[in-house]
Amino acid sequence: MKEGYIYEKIMPLSEIDVGYTVQVLKLLTTGLQRRRMLDLGLIPGTVIEVLRKSPLADPIAYNIRGATIALRTEESRQILVRQMN
Amino acid sequence: MSLMCKSCSKAVLNKKFNIKLNCHDDLVIALAGNPNVGKSTVFNALTGLNQHTGNWPGKTVENARGNYKHKDKKFVLVDLPGTYSLLANSVEEQVARDFICFGKPNATIVVTDATCLERNLNLVLQVMELTDKVILCVNLMDEAKRKKIKVDIKGLEKELGIPVVGTTARSGEGLQELMDQVYEIALGFQTTSPRPLVYTPDVEWKIEELTPKLVELLEGKLNPRWVALRLIEGDPTILDSIRNFLYDDKDSNAQEEVACIYEC
Repeated sequence: MKEGYIYEKIMPLSEIDVGYTVQVLKLLTTGLQRRRMLDLGLIPGTVIEVLRKSPLADPIAYNIRGATIALRTEESRQILVRQMN
Repeated sequence: MSLMCKSCSKAVLNKKFNIKLNCHDDLVIALAGNPNVGKSTVFNALTGLNQHTGNWPGKTVENARGNYKHKDKKFVLVDLPGTYSLLANSVEEQVARDFICFGKPNATIVVTDATCLERNLNLVLQVMELTDKVILCVNLMDEAKRKKIKVDIKGLEKELGIPVVGTTARSGEGLQELMDQVYEIALGFQTTSPRPLVYTPDVEWKIEELTPKLVELLEGKLNPRWVALRLIEGDPTILDSIRNFLYDDKDSNAQEEVACIYEC
């Protein structure tokens, strides 16, 4: 991967299209919701693949550390990521 | 019956979890793990029962238990709901946590999926924080082999400080060794030394501050370090559980004191 090539675009996970792979930079959640995300394996550095969208585009299914997990937009909005491919 | 058990630490099993032991020598083993790691397959393979997966009524663990005999001892195996965490966000997690905390099983088996160990180890660490009587069962070894994943069992054992057994519950592979390990741990023939989890200095300092008070209040019934961590985290459900399981019929004000610490 090219380094320092361009400023990386930081986006919420909810904005990423199906098929893309991203890396978690930061969680904006607090309290129990944050705890839950950490327990699911969402920590800074985690690589996530966007698998598919449900018919109404909410929730969206992700591959997180080997498990398929669906997140609602209100949750995925709070996960900041950078694109990897 | 209740009179007979009153003094015994296993009374709570009968009363709160509806688990009746035929004999006081019976050893209680909890089976924890993430969803879909084959917990119930392990359960069925060990007990010869046909327990269906899922379907948790919530508050009771009555339906998910079975017996098996190994060597000269009888074991009661309790199948806990599958969870990613013990930190109580949902009813399932609370059931699992409360059982390991307050049911005082003689040992806890954490079943994990060999094909995605990484995500499973979170729960393993959480259980290790709670009790040192833990056995890690790395299940689905056949799947891992098929996916060309090699699991370094000895390395895991060394890193975690607890016994690790690789199994393929579907075919029964490794179950004998698992039962041997459970036997050793549950009866105390072998002790573990779980890798301690050290937090950032400010958290450690708070823990140190809370622990002496908690040691006094908990009277050895719960791991004070663990309770301190939950209080720091601000988890209110642990207070309810302490109230429910530890101070049920005592008009002790200890629970209020724990609550006080929580408020601070």
